[in-house]
Amino acid sequence: MSELVPNGAAGRRRDAFGASGSGDTSGFGGLVAPPPVLTSSERPFGDEQADTVYDALERAFPGLEEAIERVVFDRGELTLHVRREHLLAVARTLRDDPALRFELLSSLSGADYLDDPSGRRLHSVVHLASLTYRRRIRVEVSVSAEDPVMPSLTPVWPTADWHERETYDFFGIIYEGHHALTRIMMPDDWEGYPQRKDYPLGGIPVDYKGAQVPPPEKRRSYS
Amino acid sequence: MSTDTRTQPSGPGPYEAGFTESGANRVYTVTGGDWEQVLGAGEEGAERIVVNMGPQHPSTHGVLRLVLDIEGETVLQTRLVIGYLHTGIEKSCEFRTWTQAVTYLTRADYLSPLYSETAFCLSVERLLGITDQVPERATVIRVLVMELQRISSHLVGLATSGMELGATTAMIVGFREREKILDLLELITGLRMNHAYVRPGGLAQDLPDGAEKAIMEFLADMPGRIKEYHRLLTGQPIWKNRLIDVNYLDAASCLALGVTGPILRAAGLPWDLRKTMPYCGYETYEFDVPTATEADSFARYLVRLEEMGESLKIVEQCLDKLAKLGPGPVMVADKKIAWPAQLSVGSDGMGNSLDHIRKIMGTSMEALIHHFKLVTEGFRVPPGQVYTAVEAPRGELGCHVVSDGGTKPFRVHLRDPSFVNLQAVPAMTEGGQVGDVIVAVASVDPVLGGVDR
Repeated sequence: MSELVPNGAAGRRRDAFGASGSGDTSGFGGLVAPPPVLTSSERPFGDEQADTVYDALERAFPGLEEAIERVVFDRGELTLHVRREHLLAVARTLRDDPALRFELLSSLSGADYLDDPSGRRLHSVVHLASLTYRRRIRVEVSVSAEDPVMPSLTPVWPTADWHERETYDFFGIIYEGHHALTRIMMPDDWEGYPQRKDYPLGGIPVDYKGAQVPPPEKRRSYS
Repeated sequence: MSTDTRTQPSGPGPYEAGFTESGANRVYTVTGGDWEQVLGAGEEGAERIVVNMGPQHPSTHGVLRLVLDIEGETVLQTRLVIGYLHTGIEKSCEFRTWTQAVTYLTRADYLSPLYSETAFCLSVERLLGITDQVPERATVIRVLVMELQRISSHLVGLATSGMELGATTAMIVGFREREKILDLLELITGLRMNHAYVRPGGLAQDLPDGAEKAIMEFLADMPGRIKEYHRLLTGQPIWKNRLIDVNYLDAASCLALGVTGPILRAAGLPWDLRKTMPYCGYETYEFDVPTATEADSFARYLVRLEEMGESLKIVEQCLDKLAKLGPGPVMVADKKIAWPAQLSVGSDGMGNSLDHIRKIMGTSMEALIHHFKLVTEGFRVPPGQVYTAVEAPRGELGCHVVSDGGTKPFRVHLRDPSFVNLQAVPAMTEGGQVGDVIVAVASVDPVLGGVDR
């Protein structure tokens, strides 16, 4: 069973050309998707690498059930959903334990699951790589938009610096302990977090020769 | 300018430095003008200068801005400012179909776009579960064009670093050979850059007639050219003086800062995803991973030159494989995914083949409906998320793709190697000379289109 992404295909997204609804012409687009379910994979995962990693982590980190909300094994990739209070401790174990050795933080970015049943829609997604064992693993931490705070991973992997700034910039996740959490792509005085799902695409009026061109959905319509 | 000018009480001249009082200090802001006058305007003994290099500077590889705190010729602090080329590629992908997203991602790293395309398409294929249905011919051609592009990307790296260090001959020869590769890629994909050639499920089109011959001619020509670069630069005293022992970054620092690619390999760690975590059948090719242990800019330059030679080997093996495979499809057989799969060259350029149009317009209503739906709505991808990484010319290019089961990506994130590697510039430059900052940026070889996305 694949991991159900906690967001139905229905409704929320708008087409860039201004079509209302999903832009779906199949006739099935109006169907309401069933409420998303947060799944967890049963162990053993049936994959040698994933089972080895999880067993090693269990040995190295006492009280793992407490720290990890759920584990998903899907399409050959292991995802650990870690509670934010335990993130730093789990991260240190993943990096330092001789049987794990995830030396490289490949990527850290965000994703906004607007309909997450847990209410914590903002996910920080970390991809780790072990050069020693040639493995990859994904660590996900979720927070709500009202309390978007989680510990920074910069003390463990300094490379998280710009990744976290970018995720803060686009999703508004606040990484506590980051030495200079400022916007990195957008201008410093930008309002809002552009890659959140409730932030429109191109919803910004553009100045042109002293006049303002309104965003697409606010222009005159002839239909 | 003599000292009397400073003591003269006068209003701000047209070229005089403006200043603001910031706490106890007076901070001068200088844009152009007479440098001597500028220095004269400051207080005695105030040596620390903040220099704003960029965002428009010929040696910043695009629109990168460096804020340097310098004292004399020594760099005390380097801060990098990026974001000038942010175009919202990741967000835009969420509003287009899976196939259309390729045309956005190809515009991220504009010197090696085929890598972004391939990383994304490999991810989508894994989400769809059709990885083993992609025809082998398509996979071999993907490897072929990627390796050609690795050479062209390294050539631009060589050419621009040459230009930035004053070796303009290196620029001329680098761009000269790159032009040949761009001609090849234009012949194969139709475009010199932003190809959108790799598509979910395969390729936009097969190799055209005469492509093998043209590639073969290039393969015969290129090894001599690489020797020419060695003769031109490798032993040249000025080039060596500028690069050797400059911008040192050892393997442990590389890993801490997330640096991959030639910089990491020049620090002695033979980490190349083509060997360590193979994709696209790289395990079936014979090639070496060049490394060096000096961990300086010269070692990075040598690693890049060696890699060009290895890429030539792979391209040659690709041609052999293609000859053995013979003609065949370059797109998955599943008609619900395969698009565009019926292209041909007509009198007005590339487009849907007349046979296909005749079929959907004249004989089969169902085929017309299917074509319309596939083009306008696209195909659905089962929910889930994957991360696929490929070895781009600059290091690990990862693509994190999330699907919610719809016809458009839910989230696409590119882990661009330029973005991550740039973080290492302060570690390479602080405590060194101002002139070596240029060398550091050149040896990282960032592409700002990929950095800012």
